[in-house]
This record gives sequence, C-alpha cells and structure tokens, in this order.
Amino acid sequence: MKILTANRLTDGIAVWLGPDATWRESVEGADLARDAAGEERLESLGKAALANDEVVDVNLIDVEIVDGAIRPVRLRERIRAAGPTVRPDLGIQARPEPLYSI
Amino acid sequence: MYRYDEFDQSFVNARVAEFADQVERRLAGEITEDQFRPLRLMNGVYLQLHAYMLRVAVPYGTLNAKQMRMLAHIARKYDKGYGHFTTRQNIQYNWPALSDMPAILADLASVEMHAIQTSGNCIRNVTADHFAGAAADEVADPRPYAEILRQWSSVHPEFSYLPRKFKIAVTGAERDRAAIQVHDIGLHLKKNAAGELGFAVYVGGGQGRTPMIAKKIRDFLPEKDMLSYATAILRVYNLNGRRDNKYKARIKILVHETGAEELTRQVEAEWQALKDGELKLPEQDLRAIDAYFAPPALDPRPEGDDALKLARLDSRSFGEWLDQNVVTHKHPDYAAVTISLKGIGEAPGDATDSQMEAVADIAERYGFDEIRVSHEQNLILPHVARADLKAVYDRLVEIDLATANSNLITDIIACPGLDYCALATARSIPVAQEISRRFASFERQRDIGELKLKISGCINACGHHHVGHIGILGVEKKGSELYQITLGGSGDETTSIGEIIGRGFASDEITDAIETIVDTYLAHRTDKSERFLDAYRRLGAAPFKEALYAGEAKAA
Ligand code: SF4
Repeated sequence: MKILTANRLTDGIAVWLGPDATWRESVEGADLARDAAGEERLESLGKAALANDEVVDVNLIDVEIVDGAIRPVRLRERIRAAGPTVRPDLGIQARPEPLYSI
Repeated sequence: MYRYDEFDQSFVNARVAEFADQVERRLAGEITEDQFRPLRLMNGVYLQLHAYMLRVAVPYGTLNAKQMRMLAHIARKYDKGYGHFTTRQNIQYNWPALSDMPAILADLASVEMHAIQTSGNCIRNVTADHFAGAAADEVADPRPYAEILRQWSSVHPEFSYLPRKFKIAVTGAERDRAAIQVHDIGLHLKKNAAGELGFAVYVGGGQGRTPMIAKKIRDFLPEKDMLSYATAILRVYNLNGRRDNKYKARIKILVHETGAEELTRQVEAEWQALKDGELKLPEQDLRAIDAYFAPPALDPRPEGDDALKLARLDSRSFGEWLDQNVVTHKHPDYAAVTISLKGIGEAPGDATDSQMEAVADIAERYGFDEIRVSHEQNLILPHVARADLKAVYDRLVEIDLATANSNLITDIIACPGLDYCALATARSIPVAQEISRRFASFERQRDIGELKLKISGCINACGHHHVGHIGILGVEKKGSELYQITLGGSGDETTSIGEIIGRGFASDEITDAIETIVDTYLAHRTDKSERFLDAYRRLGAAPFKEALYAGEAKAA
C-alpha cells in the first residue's frame, strides 16, 4: 500500500494527500493506493500539484495499516509523519499521544 | 572584529533583494522548482524532512552581541524558538518558511550577516580556532587571514562551480583546535626562524565517505603569498578534480590519485606564474585587516585570583566549571570561557532564543562584545576577566548553560541526523542524549577525562565521527538504525582517522557498547594521566574488541 507525501511550497511543511485531493499536515486518513491503478492515480495528482506549485518533493511511500492506522514502512517516513524524536515539547511531536513508537 | 565596508554591505543588500525577487517569483509560480532549487541553495536554503532549513554563515565562528541577538530574534519570530550551531561554526534553523526567507535575510543583512555560500560547490565558510585572538599558545590571530580568504572567495567567479564543495580552516597555534588536517586546505599560521609570519599548507584532508588526512605540501608560505598560493591550489583542483563522480570529486581524491608530490609540483608550477601578480598581499592591506581584529583593551584586573579562590571555596560546582570550561588567556588576568551547549540529555549544539539573548547580554557586559561558535558546537567567550568569572557563571546557571563538561564524554558532537536531515540514514541526537544521560555523573566524567565522542547520522560525516576518539556512524540496515563504532580518531595536530572496531550495534545497544569501551579504557589505562586516545594508541583495538565481542565468538 502506498500514500503520497510532499512538502508544501510556501513553508516546506511535510504534507500528505487526503482522499479529497487536498494536502493535509497529518498522515492520518491519507488517501491509500491499494493497487497499481491507485498508485497511478496518486502519482498523477502529485504531478499536477507539483506543476501547480502547491508542493515540492512529491513521493509515493510504502505504508502498512497497524491497529487501523496508517504507518509508513520506512523509519524516515515515520519520523516525517510524527515529527522529530527530539524536542518533544514543540511541533507535531508535542501531541498528547505519540503517533508512533519509532 | 571585521566591519562591512560599503562594498560588502551593498553587495549583501543586493543579494537579499535579488533572492527576495526570486522567492516571490517562485511563490507566484513564475519559475519552477528545478529552476529555483539552485538559486535557493546559493542562499543557504535547503529542503529537509519536515521543512526548509536555513544555514547562516558565521564567518570563522565570530559574532558580536548584536548579531547573536538577531540570531535569537530569527529563532523566535520565524522558527520554533531555537537554532542549531553546527560543526562548520554556522547556525541552522530547522523550521523557517520559504515565504519568510526574504525578511530573515534582510534581518541578517542589517547585522552584517548572510547565508551566501553555505551550500553548493564553492568555497564555504572559512573556519578557525575558536580561541583565536585569546589563546595563550597562539603565534598570531588566524582570523585576519580567514577574513582575507572570505573576501577573496566570496562569489569568486572562477571558483563558484568547483567539482565539489571546498572547505578551508586556519589555526594560529601549535595545538590544532580547528581540525585543519581534515579540510580541503588547512593553514597553520606560524613564524619562521626570522620571526616572519607564514603558513604550513595542508591539502586534501576530508571526512565523508573516504576520510583522508591532508598532506603538508609546504612547510612555510610567507603570509603575503597566501592568496596566490590558494589560487594555485584551487586552479589545479578546478582543472583536474573529477566531475564524473560526485563521490570522487573532492580534492582529497585528486591528491590521493595524483600523489602529493606530483600535486605539489603542479601547484608550485601554477604558483610561479601567479606569485608576483596582483594576488600578492601588500603589507599595508594585511595590517589594515589585522587592525579589525585587534584585541580589546584588556585593562589589568589583578583582583581575579583572590576572587576566584574565595568563590571556589564557596561553590564546588563553580570550581568544577572553572576547572573544566575555562582556559588560559594570553593576558594573565583574563580567561576564555566555553559555554557548553551540551547540557545533560540536551540536543548538542541547540540553543533557545532566550539563551542566545542571554549569552549576548553576558558578552556585552563581561566579554568585550565577543562571542565565538566552536566547531565542537559550543559557544565561547574569548575574553573574560578572571575577576568576572563568577558573575558569568552565575548568569549561565540561570539559563541552564553552565554544564561543566568541556572536552568530557558528554561534550558530544552530533549532527542533526534523521530527526531533521534529508540525507540521514539514522538518528544522531537521541543517541547523543542517551549517552549523555548514561554518563551524567560529573565525578565519573572527570574520572574518565578527555574523551571526544562524535556522532554522524550518515556517511557524509558532518558529525566528524572519523576524528572522534570514539566515533559513531549511524547507518540503515534492513530498515533499522545500526551504529558503527570507530576508535582512535583525532582531529588535532596528531590527526588520525578512527578504525572500525567490528559489527555495529542497534539503537538499544549502542549506549551499553560505549560504556563497555569506556570501562575497558579505565581498566587498562596506566593511570589517570593517560587519556583515552593515548591508551588506545598504546593498546590498539584488541582489548576493546575483546570486551565488545568476545562473548559472541564463544557463543558462536
Ligand atoms: S552526517 Fe549525514 S545525517 Fe548528519 S547532517 Fe550530515 S548529511 Fe545529514
């Protein structure tokens, strides 16, 4: 399974594509591609968003569903989704329940 | 310190205006990311994992209070309230928005700072001994030469598209605190028998994927020839350095493949054609730059000794800080202070906006308005009257920056690693934090003595792991972080590259492994005066391997 991620052009913040084709600041509820057709669809949305100057550095990433929630397979992507594992008082990593145990 | 002249200021202002226009056009969609990327990189703007990152140059690590306050202001207004001081004596911001970059760069320009040449295949920020101008053991202040190199290399038309980035470091003391032998060019300022100033010139050092110790290609280069000789080296490199393979493009590979002798011959031949030309530094220009770096008027403050004796009796922790973080100054009534950015369990090199502001206040009040950033990711007050040390210490305690661990095992260098860096293969900061907490006891740290532990989150080695007495390199193996240990590296005048000790350790094993290494050292050292590095050089890897892996061999 894959989801689409990028960084927003204006502020560089990591974003994920939601089912309504809008970019969100959370990986939760991202639009899942379960097959090649789904991946193609996400890729074309990504290309459009890049051309549109909404986002940069667009990538399809591998995810799995753990306890009903999306969990990126690579550590790098889990850290992008959950925020740095340091300075836990700031940013998205400051949420009351950590998104992942990294 | 150096002050911008009209030319410098108008150049930096023009660059801010130019980049502001480029950002505006990018945000308006008039230029594509492919077109914009090289432009933003030329202005120090990277895209990392979570956001953009801005790298601001701190020339040879020298700042005044006003500049430090501006760095604090930027951290507060445009970032999340902190900045990260790096092993290149620079500062990085982890969270600035692209749309704010023009405002940030304009703020920086207002205090004579910028982010130009902090990226790209050009000559990067010239680094220098952080005790320059203060150190008791220095022949002369290396910063005037670093400043001349800065002016010469700024948007140098011939050297803006080198095969790869290029780093120059300068030291003015026998004791090398600037790691000059692991730079593309290392300059060691010294005096010849006639008392004239000049340089021993080292070329082709570097870390990264292929660590190399620089070769000394000249024992004494008169100061007036510094630019012509540097130009000769850069020309030989620019012409012959490899552009076919990014991993083989640094000058260290050219030196290695050409051989030091042949490369020296080529440099000398090029230099013969240049040395009597316009690059020869006129005596009066040299002395004019020197004047910018004249030490402050250090009035006699002989009351320091008595004051310190009393203060020591009064406060044990002050005494410990004095012993660890304060070094001898040229002037007997003064001292240079290391402000540790390595609080126990903190992220190495990070400082908050209010800490930066407080350091600026202290520097203004007690430190002649001078601050340095060290490549070891600490801040330095180079000139403090010994009589004022207690007051400085008390202020540092208030802002949690009085950790007495300079040069001890918790004074760890760590790059941003996988918490921020897009190139990383593993995290660095949490490893540093855990080791720091494990060795939190100052009794224990002091008993262990000088130990330089350095951590990089990938093979690029920004965390200098190759020259750590203990180096840790984080890699990715089968989707997990794995940490390789090297031992016996050193970045001083006895530079050596650490040796990989054996298989790597998982993130939950690495701190134990470090403790095993330290305990092995303690068990084998002749006495307390034999530092970790000396003991390793005497013993070799065997006892450490035995301690780390013997159980496995038996089990297998
Ligand atoms: S060593 Fe690697 S992970 Fe660390 S800052 Fe450099 S590039 Fe990033």
